Amino acid sequence: MTDTAEKIAVLRASLAKVEPAQTQARIPLGHDAADHCLKGGLVRGVLHEVLAAPGHETVAAGFAAALASRLGKHLLWIRQDFSALEHGELCATGLLELGLDPSRLLLLRVADVSGILRAASDALSCAALAAVVIEFPGNPKLLDLVAQRRLMLGAAEKGVSAILLRFGAKQDAGAAETRWLVRAACSPAQEENWGRPVFDAQLLRNRHGQTGHWVMEWSCDDGQFAANCGAVVSSSGDRPAAAAMESLRCVA
Amino acid sequence: MRLTAVDRKATSLGLYVGQPLANARAMLPALKVMAANEPADLKLLERIADWCDGFTPFVALDPPRGLLLDVTGAAHLFGGEQAMLGRLCASLQKQGFKVRGALASTAVAARALARCQDGTVVPPGGEAASLAPLPIEALNLDPVTTHAFRRAGLKTIGQMASRGRAELTARFGAQLVFTLDHALGQTEKPISPRLPLPDYCAERRFAEPVVTQDTILSTLASLAASLSEVLERHGEGARRLEAVFFRADGAVRRIAVETGSPTREPAVIALLFREKLDALADPIDPGFGFDLIRLAAGRAERCDAAGFGADAKEKKEIRFLVDRLAARFGSHRILSFQPNDTHIPEAAFVTVPAQYAEASKLSWEKIREAREAPRRPLRLLASPEPVTVQQGEKLHFRWRHAPHVAAYLEGPERIAMEWWRHQTPQPSRDYFRVEDEEGRRFWLYREGETPRWFLHGMFA
Repeated sequence: MTDTAEKIAVLRASLAKVEPAQTQARIPLGHDAADHCLKGGLVRGVLHEVLAAPGHETVAAGFAAALASRLGKHLLWIRQDFSALEHGELCATGLLELGLDPSRLLLLRVADVSGILRAASDALSCAALAAVVIEFPGNPKLLDLVAQRRLMLGAAEKGVSAILLRFGAKQDAGAAETRWLVRAACSPAQEENWGRPVFDAQLLRNRHGQTGHWVMEWSCDDGQFAANCGAVVSSSGDRPAAAAMESLRCVA
Repeated sequence: MRLTAVDRKATSLGLYVGQPLANARAMLPALKVMAANEPADLKLLERIADWCDGFTPFVALDPPRGLLLDVTGAAHLFGGEQAMLGRLCASLQKQGFKVRGALASTAVAARALARCQDGTVVPPGGEAASLAPLPIEALNLDPVTTHAFRRAGLKTIGQMASRGRAELTARFGAQLVFTLDHALGQTEKPISPRLPLPDYCAERRFAEPVVTQDTILSTLASLAASLSEVLERHGEGARRLEAVFFRADGAVRRIAVETGSPTREPAVIALLFREKLDALADPIDPGFGFDLIRLAAGRAERCDAAGFGADAKEKKEIRFLVDRLAARFGSHRILSFQPNDTHIPEAAFVTVPAQYAEASKLSWEKIREAREAPRRPLRLLASPEPVTVQQGEKLHFRWRHAPHVAAYLEGPERIAMEWWRHQTPQPSRDYFRVEDEEGRRFWLYREGETPRWFLHGMFA
């Protein structure tokens, strides 16, 4: 038995040499259950993947922006040209409302998928960036395991996190540290101040821990996630919707 | 149709420029004629001018068939003025051109001498003496003036110069006197270069033309190093760097990179060129090799050593990344956001090339109150898309063929268009935040008397 134990120890040691040490500080998301599952929070300098549920692209983009803003100040957002037509252009005032500083965000428009990968690897070598959000449509052949692994290594080199934001993608083999499937969650019922970003986030893959499924609310004021307990702040009936409908009728 | 140019043999047979073609054909039935193509001639002249850049960066066109080179400070590199002129003419002749050249202190004098005394080099101050015996046609005056001088019996520049200035001005205008003074070296008139002159440049000539990409890149790196030394001595950095490749067969290719802030680090410059050369749609073609590579720094600006501290370092790294991405993808593709002073949602911010972005005087201001949900969407559609809306118990709307049912609705937030910007009044918009039954949040607006609905953006 001791023989096997020794062998395992040796193997672990050799693995530790191959895999870069996961001793970097983790950044808590603010959501207790998720942080517990992630053993303290998001790791810097790795690849995270955010998959959008069909029809929930903007929500996933919001989730990616939220993760990126947890990771640090300076961000680069890479997207393909047609994405602005399909999913809309990033709106600086909207980012500001989410609690991000638009003046610290750079936007790169590229023409094709190979350009995205090329730009991402360039950007990951800039240590001043906290995170690079890479918008990717579908499952292009170029984004195979090798390319993902390359992004992962690039991220590890300077400690810049890469967030792969994928629209309309099927799940495939990937090299990412974490993989999230994000869709919108409904605002808590009967809440006066509805409409804060609430995500239904499913952690599909976690290389160093368990997976999970939570409803996470992004607090725009504190810049962190919070558990959505659905607490009703004020129970003044269905005022917002009803009042607005009323005003609609007046016009009609 | 008339002859616009004749070669030496044709001249010796009595043909001349301006002669009617039928006339010439009658004299010489076997005459070979080609249609004149002025744009092509000009293009060729520009290519020769490009090639002449290898001798001095100060080249000006003198159409239809002349080039003016300012060789001040460059002649010693080629072993003196006479040797430089000889070499320039010889290598152009080798390329198959008929060349006449002369060197003098002023452009008009040099041009007149080139026409009449090929290969002359006039020492400073000797213009008047060497131009005196030349015919007045050498000054390239308009035909009427030349004819008038002929009729007055003044046939050479010397005779013309002997007349009183007042007399000449009264008869022919001030311009003629100015040209004459200029030709005689009594006044100076700078020529205007066809390309902006670089502030600093470094170049390397090769005895054996270089071909491989590696050599080219390492040459650029070492040129960057020597350029950087000069820049550092002057406390400046360049905003625009241009690499000029002179091919052995005369073709010239220019590649420029621009930077967001004055730069002089050799490693940075070398890397930017590496990116740029890598991303070229039509890669540089070395052909038989380049025999001269020049690196020129333009738009030099004061560049103080970077400040200390993490913040300055961070800023510098980001600027470098921006330059790098701009070199590869083009500066219009790497953008940063700036606030704009308007309440129209799509105009409330602008994207500007990050390389040229200056710190904005406006600051970003939130619209929502504390603890409130965002009031502007995360993504804004390029143009608002019309949606069909049905109002029943709940609001139903259809966008891109998909039906949505509003579970929550809040509004209206009325946004009036800026009447002072538009000729015809634009309807104001009533914006509603809507959450559908799946939890997706949209930003819809209604405008017009018979309401039309549009979807303008999506919230996170």
